[in-house]
Amino acid sequence: MTGRIVVAGASLGGLRAAEQLRAAGWAGRITVIGDEPHPPYNRPPLSKEVLAGKASFASLAFTPKPSAADVEWRLGTRVAAARLAERTVALDDGSVLSYDSLVVATGMRPRRLRCPGPVAGRYTVRTIDDARALRAGLTRTGVRVVVVGAGFIGCEVAATAVGLGAAEVTVVDPLPLPMVGPLGELLARTLLARHQQRGVRFMLGAGVAGFEGDDRVTGVVLSDGSVLPADVVVESVGSVANTEWLDGNGLDLGDGVLTDEHLRVGGRPEVVAVGDVARFPNARYDGVPRRVEHWSLPADSAKHAAKVLVGGDVGLAPFAPLPTFWSDQHDFRLQSFGAPVLGLGDVRVLDGDPSGDVLVGYHRDGLLVGVVALGGPPAARAAARYRADLLKQPALTP
Amino acid sequence: MKVVVDMNKCQDHGQCVFAAPDVFRLDDDGRLAYVPDPDDALRDEVEEAADVCPLQAIRIED
Repeated sequence: MTGRIVVAGASLGGLRAAEQLRAAGWAGRITVIGDEPHPPYNRPPLSKEVLAGKASFASLAFTPKPSAADVEWRLGTRVAAARLAERTVALDDGSVLSYDSLVVATGMRPRRLRCPGPVAGRYTVRTIDDARALRAGLTRTGVRVVVVGAGFIGCEVAATAVGLGAAEVTVVDPLPLPMVGPLGELLARTLLARHQQRGVRFMLGAGVAGFEGDDRVTGVVLSDGSVLPADVVVESVGSVANTEWLDGNGLDLGDGVLTDEHLRVGGRPEVVAVGDVARFPNARYDGVPRRVEHWSLPADSAKHAAKVLVGGDVGLAPFAPLPTFWSDQHDFRLQSFGAPVLGLGDVRVLDGDPSGDVLVGYHRDGLLVGVVALGGPPAARAAARYRADLLKQPALTP
Repeated sequence: MKVVVDMNKCQDHGQCVFAAPDVFRLDDDGRLAYVPDPDDALRDEVEEAADVCPLQAIRIED
């Protein structure tokens, strides 16, 4: 096999795609294009260990497998456009590359708040450069921090800021409880209490109307007109798929890029998508295409997509990963297996008690579809015991 | 095959245990224990374990 596979995106998905293409037997050229100047690195510690100063930025770098040693990396370069019919991509440095196959791995970027006020003092956490800037802000003496968005990233950053000794840490969210969307009320209530006990303040049911300050943020204006003083604002209000470069190819780019059950894009056998930019139907569940922003997905999807590109789909079962994610906040960990979000209507405590270590099960039509453990290692181990059951269960009917 | 886990990085997520149960396990305290010199026949699963480690703490040294 000769020719060239272009991988658009040089984060975990791009790296694993290159490695898995070699593992699947592709011997031709592989060119990986990434807009960041850094070689692929691990992002989860950016809101936790690295932000806290407990791990170095240098420790984040992935070590590519020896099989990927001859992969050509074009870093600090963005894919500007693609013409799928002609099998070419145009880069922002003006060059045009032709390909035999294309891997879409351009991921997400943070959604930003569009409200009036200064920009300086407002941060996101997606890249090394983001985290470096935020750490510099958070480590100033007496800093007052407002986190907008009570999802996992927002709550991780709030916990890290408390740990760094910030004078005030306030989380603002229009929803009534933190992380309630993915986890449901039962866990969200105890998570709220645990954060409050550890020094995080919450302004829930509140939106952000604007920012005060001249050159730099000095306060966050809430939807009721009140003002929270702030030196550092962290915006953790979701993410936007990096798919603009795919415009004009007749693709469904409504939320990420739509794929079939083998991660192929636009009915083309030579184009696949991996990682959180892919909106794929998970054959394990109800067939509804969804994007998944879990750390485990880039590796899982790259493995499947590489097999499809190199060998086709003959004899290959549809992509059906078991979702898994974790989140470390303060001194506790959340560990999830399966799809809790599909079972929010029937949530039961399987073990323990919400005031301590607890294991929660999420059910649909009486069937367990997800488990989440909250607490220390014993809780996580208890969750792991359900993983085999979750793997064995029949696919959910739509 | 030689397997090295950076125990300063390891946070006992246990993902390696799912990928390579013959090589990695969590002990009764939930801490990682592993076989440092597994049989070469287990290479695929050990590579998988190294891939899925959230802290990227697992190294394979031939």
